[in-house]
Amino acid sequence: MKSKWIIAAALGAGLAAPSLAQDKVKLVDVVELSGAGATAGTNWKNGIDLAVADINAKGGILGRQIEIVHYDTQTNPGNTRAAVQRAIDEGTYAVLGPVFSGPIGASMQISQRAEIAQFVGGEAAGLTKQGNQYLFRTSLSQAAAMPKIANYLKNTVKAGSVAVVWVNNDFGKGGRDAIIPELEKAGIKVAADVATEQGQADFAADAIKIKNSNADAIFVYLNEEESARFLRAAKQQGINKPMVGETTLLGAKVIELAGDAANGVKGHVGLSIDAPIPAFQEFGKKYQAKYNYASDHNGLKGYMAVYMIKWATEKQKKFDSKGVADTLRGATIKPSDEPGILMETTIESNGDLDRESFLAEVINGKQVINATLPKIKP
Amino acid sequence: MAEFIAYLIAGIATGAIYALAAIGFTLVWQTSQTINFAQGEFVMLPAVLVLLAIKLFGAPIWLGALIGIAAFILIFGVGFKVAVVDPMIRHGVLPLAIATMALSIIMKEGAKDGFSAEAQNFPSFVPTQTISVFGASISLQHIAIIVVAFAVIGLLQWFVGGTRLGRQMQATAQNPTVARILGIPVERMVLLTFVINAALAVVASVLISPIYLAKFSNGEVIGLFAFIAAIVGGFNQVRGALVGGLVVGIVDSMAAAYISSSYRLAVPLVLLVVIILLKPEGLMGRKEERRV
Repeated sequence: MKSKWIIAAALGAGLAAPSLAQDKVKLVDVVELSGAGATAGTNWKNGIDLAVADINAKGGILGRQIEIVHYDTQTNPGNTRAAVQRAIDEGTYAVLGPVFSGPIGASMQISQRAEIAQFVGGEAAGLTKQGNQYLFRTSLSQAAAMPKIANYLKNTVKAGSVAVVWVNNDFGKGGRDAIIPELEKAGIKVAADVATEQGQADFAADAIKIKNSNADAIFVYLNEEESARFLRAAKQQGINKPMVGETTLLGAKVIELAGDAANGVKGHVGLSIDAPIPAFQEFGKKYQAKYNYASDHNGLKGYMAVYMIKWATEKQKKFDSKGVADTLRGATIKPSDEPGILMETTIESNGDLDRESFLAEVINGKQVINATLPKIKP
Repeated sequence: MAEFIAYLIAGIATGAIYALAAIGFTLVWQTSQTINFAQGEFVMLPAVLVLLAIKLFGAPIWLGALIGIAAFILIFGVGFKVAVVDPMIRHGVLPLAIATMALSIIMKEGAKDGFSAEAQNFPSFVPTQTISVFGASISLQHIAIIVVAFAVIGLLQWFVGGTRLGRQMQATAQNPTVARILGIPVERMVLLTFVINAALAVVASVLISPIYLAKFSNGEVIGLFAFIAAIVGGFNQVRGALVGGLVVGIVDSMAAAYISSSYRLAVPLVLLVVIILLKPEGLMGRKEERRV
């Protein structure tokens, strides 16, 4: 008698399983949770988890709960390719991540072939110039940010010469190749062009080289941990020229790691929990409460990526992987339509984004927003 | 000239750290005739343990440092000898070398999973200011590294050459059988060597972590450069490790300054190849002959 009950229970569970699976939509996040990209990747992952928890608490997407899976790429392009393939084989609805441009470049063709939308944190200008209709940024491209920085260096910092220090990976090389023509266009001399390595620990020699270039300002384009180490090395060498950077340099993690050395750093910021937008600040509070530290821009990017998927799915009123990409291209998502998007975002046909951005400065260990810059195509 | 002095001082500071780690290589080599491939992780871990103690026990920095350092010396000085070296050495030096490779991975992954995959701030005991030397701005942190590292190495040299215990240690390293006949407690001397190695790693860790930040992967570069330093200077001489560390540190700094940071890893490796070809025993090493 007991065995009959067990068989009946097992059959019941087996019959119920498909309906449970249908109640969920699977998203796979392929991200840098260790290696050189661990800081950026951890923020991105946490942002995604926060969005998934919020959406699931409100009933999910079209009534289906999100099942999120994270795979650590160890900031390795080979591992990233394998993880993206695994995500597709496992039937992910869309691919989230990675954040570093190099691994994105190495893996984006896989989701393109599978016609599945991939939402990435990378900023390298070249990523969206390859005709991939399934790749979507969650941050501004270098091509959009660098003219604003050159303009800032010329008109606000009043720099006649600039030393450029960059990290020799796809992100840094892309940034370096984008800023130098913009500086030259603005009539600013490049006093030093210093390449550094991803994961580099000792920046003393680079800081000395930059100090001796006697540039009016220094443009720093490194990843998070390297940015902090460079700022510390620059302080050790007594560099007192304005340090200007793009989003990463003014990120919360860089400020935390660099300590006093981050004070006075200025630059352009794509996303910030300190921006004068209540939804950003609300996100910042939620993130702080859950993870006990302040989110950087990558946390916001991860959060918004999930809401881009939600908006597209609800717009097409069905779960259609290919349709997500088709719906997003050329769309403008407004917070009035989808509050989780946090700020009005236009998605270009090539996957680039256009939205407002900010000029910021680090004062007493806090990022302070000085001005809001409009969208490129308002 | 001022620029050159600044690069030189930065190189000597980095080289002093490599020297501390390289001395660890030579100490282990002298007592067990093997290479500790976890030496880089030995320098990485004390800083992580200090931060972990602060986090777990809510301890102030000084207490966290005390707990972390004591735990490290106990586990990776005494424990390393008892749990890894003693059981493996009877099977030859190769199994022991492989065991240290495994230990290196365990330490790295343990630090990543048990602490954090992200870099963390490590407090500095000197202010981040500069002083002017012949027109060059020199960081107080670099000066502190040089002074402390040289003081520790000087102390070690005095201990090894100028004290009864140190001479017993030397005798044990040179010929354990004869040392035992002479009544020297060989096992205790070998244990002391491993404790000294752990203590040197602690000093290197505390000095370098405010600059490199505390991170599980820090040992990779430090271990590699210290290994090169030990070979360049001479694997069987403590003063060889010192010279090798300084040479590699200066070459590293000059390569980053006058060639590019992208090639800074390659240049010491080229130096290593040149030394192996021209003076295989290292700059300060002595030739060893073994009967097969």
